[in-house]
Amino acid sequence: MSWIFEQENYFIKGIRFGILSPKEIRQMSTTLIVSDKLYEDDIPIAGGVRDPRMGAIEPGERCPVCGNPPSLCPGHFGRIELAAPVVHVEFAWKIHELLKATCRSCGRVLVTPEEFKTYLNLYRRLKRKWPRLANDLVKNIISQASKNMVCPHCGETQYKIILDKPYRFYEERPEGRVFLNPHDIRQRLELIPDDHAELLGMDPVEARPEWMVITVLPVPPLPVRTPISLETGVRSEDDLTHLLIGIIRANNSLKQAIEGAAPQSIIEVRWSLLQYNVSVFFDNELPGVPVSRHRNQRALKGIVQRLKGKEGRFRGYLSGKRVNFSARTVISPDPNISINEVGVPEEIAKILTIAEPVTPFNVERLRKLVMRGPEKWPGANYVIKDDGSKIDLRFTKDRKALAESLKPGYIVERHIVDGDIVLFNRQPSLHRMSMMAHIVKVFPGKTFRLNLLVCPPYNADFDGDEMNLHVVRLPEAMAEARELMLVEKHILSPRYGGPIIGGGQDYVSGAYLLTSKTTLLTKDEVIKILSAAGYKGKLPEPDIIKPGPYWTGKQLISLFLPKDFNFRGPAKINGGPLTCSGPECFHDSYVVIRKGKLLEGVFDKKAVGAQQSENVIHMMTKKYGTSTTRNFFDTAFRMFIRTLELKGFTMSIRDIEIPEEAKRKVEEIVDEAKNKVSDLIRQFEEGTLEAIPGRTLKETLELRIIQTLNEARDKAGKAAIAYMEPFNNVFIMARTGARGSEVNITNMGVLLGQQVVRGKRVHRGYRGRTLSHFRKGDLSPESRGFVRNSFRDGLNPTELFFHAAAGREGLVDTAVKTSQSGYMQRRLVNALQDLHVEYDGTVRDAEGNVVQFAAGEDMVDPMSTYHGKAVNIDAIIDEVRGG
Amino acid sequence: MARTRKTLRGTLEKARNILPPKIYSELEKKLKEEKLSTRQKIAVVERVIEEYIKNLYQPGEAIGTVTAQSIGEPGTQMTLRTFHYAGMIEFDVTLGLPRLIEIVDARKKPSTPMMRIYLEESIKRDVEAAKRIAREIEYTTVRKVADVIEKDPVNFTITVRLDPSAMEDKGVSLEDVVEVIEKLNIGDVIVESEDPPAVSVYITSEELLDIRKLDKIAEKIEQTKIKGIKGIRKTVIERIRNPETGEFEEYVILTEGSNLAEVINVPGVDYTRVRTNDIHEVASVLGIEAARYTIIEEMKEVLSNAGLDVDLRHLLLVADLMTWSGRVKAIGRTGIMGEKASPLARAAFEETQKQLFRAAASGETEHFRGVAEAIIAGKVINMGTGGIRLTYRIAGQKEA
Repeated sequence: MSWIFEQENYFIKGIRFGILSPKEIRQMSTTLIVSDKLYEDDIPIAGGVRDPRMGAIEPGERCPVCGNPPSLCPGHFGRIELAAPVVHVEFAWKIHELLKATCRSCGRVLVTPEEFKTYLNLYRRLKRKWPRLANDLVKNIISQASKNMVCPHCGETQYKIILDKPYRFYEERPEGRVFLNPHDIRQRLELIPDDHAELLGMDPVEARPEWMVITVLPVPPLPVRTPISLETGVRSEDDLTHLLIGIIRANNSLKQAIEGAAPQSIIEVRWSLLQYNVSVFFDNELPGVPVSRHRNQRALKGIVQRLKGKEGRFRGYLSGKRVNFSARTVISPDPNISINEVGVPEEIAKILTIAEPVTPFNVERLRKLVMRGPEKWPGANYVIKDDGSKIDLRFTKDRKALAESLKPGYIVERHIVDGDIVLFNRQPSLHRMSMMAHIVKVFPGKTFRLNLLVCPPYNADFDGDEMNLHVVRLPEAMAEARELMLVEKHILSPRYGGPIIGGGQDYVSGAYLLTSKTTLLTKDEVIKILSAAGYKGKLPEPDIIKPGPYWTGKQLISLFLPKDFNFRGPAKINGGPLTCSGPECFHDSYVVIRKGKLLEGVFDKKAVGAQQSENVIHMMTKKYGTSTTRNFFDTAFRMFIRTLELKGFTMSIRDIEIPEEAKRKVEEIVDEAKNKVSDLIRQFEEGTLEAIPGRTLKETLELRIIQTLNEARDKAGKAAIAYMEPFNNVFIMARTGARGSEVNITNMGVLLGQQVVRGKRVHRGYRGRTLSHFRKGDLSPESRGFVRNSFRDGLNPTELFFHAAAGREGLVDTAVKTSQSGYMQRRLVNALQDLHVEYDGTVRDAEGNVVQFAAGEDMVDPMSTYHGKAVNIDAIIDEVRGG
Repeated sequence: MARTRKTLRGTLEKARNILPPKIYSELEKKLKEEKLSTRQKIAVVERVIEEYIKNLYQPGEAIGTVTAQSIGEPGTQMTLRTFHYAGMIEFDVTLGLPRLIEIVDARKKPSTPMMRIYLEESIKRDVEAAKRIAREIEYTTVRKVADVIEKDPVNFTITVRLDPSAMEDKGVSLEDVVEVIEKLNIGDVIVESEDPPAVSVYITSEELLDIRKLDKIAEKIEQTKIKGIKGIRKTVIERIRNPETGEFEEYVILTEGSNLAEVINVPGVDYTRVRTNDIHEVASVLGIEAARYTIIEEMKEVLSNAGLDVDLRHLLLVADLMTWSGRVKAIGRTGIMGEKASPLARAAFEETQKQLFRAAASGETEHFRGVAEAIIAGKVINMGTGGIRLTYRIAGQKEA
């Protein structure tokens, strides 16, 4: 077999599934297993389940069959000749179908010969073109044939066949239920002619019906069930080996009984024991059958258990691969590196390597790296010579000599260095932006650094998040990573036409403060801010000359905008008292950029934020490409942070304090609402409350109360916030969209309002009341979770309890939701992953079936759209006019 | 040789052939509205064509995975709870993640079936007509209009005391009640009194009655249908305003429960605009195209209610995948996944052993055409950069 591994260009073209015939099993078997003993004097015995002919597994051992050491021996099957046939449990359903649909005496399908002919023709035609329909046809034929109680071919009377799951068959004869033993079943299956088996959905070449009844059992090779040796020297056998031992014991005892002409009853008992053992070997979780256990009571793993489920062979090892050259550590923020970069700790850079072939052009550089060795970064860890031998630099004394010997044909596994491309990933990987390519920048320290602007696509923060890094090692992969996966290629999201990368929190506050009309900067400040952005040009003329030279923030932003960039649109703060519908805006809440100059309007979330369609970032990316936007992120955005650093930006208790006058107003609003609620309760008790159609009176009352109290909360919040001064930091954050909302401010400074659990007011707890502090049947706001106080004022004990109840619901909700949406996404991905766009613009699945004739009906990639619109005609008209 | 000059008409003709109708008509409209010279107009049209072509999908794009992620990822941000329908407090409607799962599952019955019944042009502003139709279709049983039902085991009498306000609300007269109870043929029906209305049934059965049987008969009377359409449990009339002008537009009947086949036959109902959220019902009554459209509309509604931004094209793809075969198929092991041609792809998804043994019995072949299979075998997937077959052969290398 070893030749397979020496040849390189072999590919799997296909896999044909089928059932092994007894003949095949005997042919491929190297040994007949008869003994339930494994070792004699610690040596595996021939004819036992550990017979060495089934493959070499111990170090130093050579396989007696193929002569290979354990690393190359693929293992070889053995076999057990069963004393009597048994049903293969996993095929019991198919056997049942066949027995029902065929004649018990002639084996033909229970349809008339004419029907058979037409069906078979139809089946063969369908099988080629519409395999799914062929399956449906088979199902129909089976149900039709099973109803036929007289064979149309030979006239034999048929009886109902019952499958007593998992593997016992009975025939319902007039004299009563008769057990069909596997021997009878096999005989009946043998009778089925090939073309009749075919019509019943079997492949007579690869899977003859009678092969579903086992006469010879293949014994899996040793390498698939290697024993493990513990330190104590005790050997522990694999579960499959234990299950095989069980089969052999049952088999031997049955054989003994048959050969010794034991009474039929004893034979039957032992036969069914064999059936049990063989079944459990395949699947040890069969319903209605006791689980086979290890001596320590642990359930043994059958073959099915190895394959099944998330940690099984399929999902655990075949669909999910494990990789080398990867790293994982905590992430921390670094606003001073590019969004395309990732900071890698030196410690990690010294372990991760890239195999670089030696060429005349890089030989000098690689020599230096080899000489530096594995301990010093940048260095190298291995040298692979042209004869394929790998030299570990850790154990090379004379690295200098080795470095000198480097020549084309050698490969050096060098440390990753600045400029290398790597993949960076944060779980849960819910979309393609969860894994993007970054350019390495090696730093001291122990954490990965990433630019804050790429937090939204990864959904990352720095409260202890860890991320994974994978080195891209092949030139083709490196090129693909750079061209397709680099962060800047993912500024726009394919989910909605708009940018997913952008500033949040301090970036927004900073942008707002910088571009605000009231911000006038001295030369000193301008220099500080511009240097943060790495600005190298001339200082612009100050916009303000009297009373002294002052620069506006809008001037500074304009330095970084493309020279012919035009934009207009409302800012986030546009709304409420600051509403403007066009460029004539006194509140500075309408952004106008003309020829690369920010003429009017403040930059806030709408301009620089993530997940805002058709904002400044989006339009810039569409017009000038991603590298321009990346450049803007790497320069202008640093000014925003620097602005905050210069001005200082904090939050104090005073920011959420409201004046006395506002408090009085809030008090009035709350009192009014409470009165309304008591009115409602009175009406309810008097029976004068009018029910909402389709709701009971009680439900109506509750709905009305929640409505009233929520309105009051909003109204109180609005009233109080109106008293806040415009440069209150908390207020700035909420208004510009940096962080928090008016609701949050209300909660902090005014009142929390009604706490809701499962869409209703808090109502459970004690009999007829929520807490023992209240009277039974009390429907007042206070007793049902209305929180009058704010976080600043402090909650009273009952209020705190209600707030905690509502808070708990939120936590539970999140926990349940993640598992549900995770499963939905797994199903969506599995169902849709084969769909792709062909050259003709159609969407097809793996088999080439057309699912859409034009992808998305207009063949436009949502990623390239303007929030769904394929072409922005207005912008083009503007452009043509201007140019 | 005449100089080939670009004419506006020629360029527009070209644009019409290339651009989707929607963009083309918008372009035409904009060209008319804006003051532009002919040369500028030609430039605009050419730029629009250029931009459109630039924004097309690239061949090989893994559109399926992108779509699945675009719908699945926002799922994590959705609420789990059932919310009240926007502005409607009359009944609960399942929204958010549970409803989205329900749609992609292609459940046989939605957990909260609902209909939106529009009325014919002539009566759509007539509140009385709307009320009349709502009453007509609402499934009404005796229980719904009964105040109490009294059982007299001595005389074998069952007396239904009716609730006049409920009767008025549902539009049921005393005669209606008498008529349906008489049709049951269980005894003599006598109007006990007109005000308050009450109906008695004197059971005329020869066999000796026991009390349990009396209960059963009472139960039967309670559940007797007076009128309405089966499945329509509740109706509410909603005033619809024009979303742009805010002016009153028409009355619409919202129902809890759904029965499309019968509702579209009710006179006065505008059958061209009636909506239900039951996808299978739409498929069986109106056909697969309508079902596809319903899937899109329902998903759109759920996502926009949650304030999530997902491009319509993704929803189209999911709906097309669920319906392209002509039947509504679920996104899951019973639908799309269970019918994939590749045994390995099916086994790697769910029900591993079932799929493998099924493949063995029918001698299926794995061709490694899809993504999941290719990954299992360590092959290059057949799309994106892996879908390109053009390559140069390195000297001495065998053909792949």
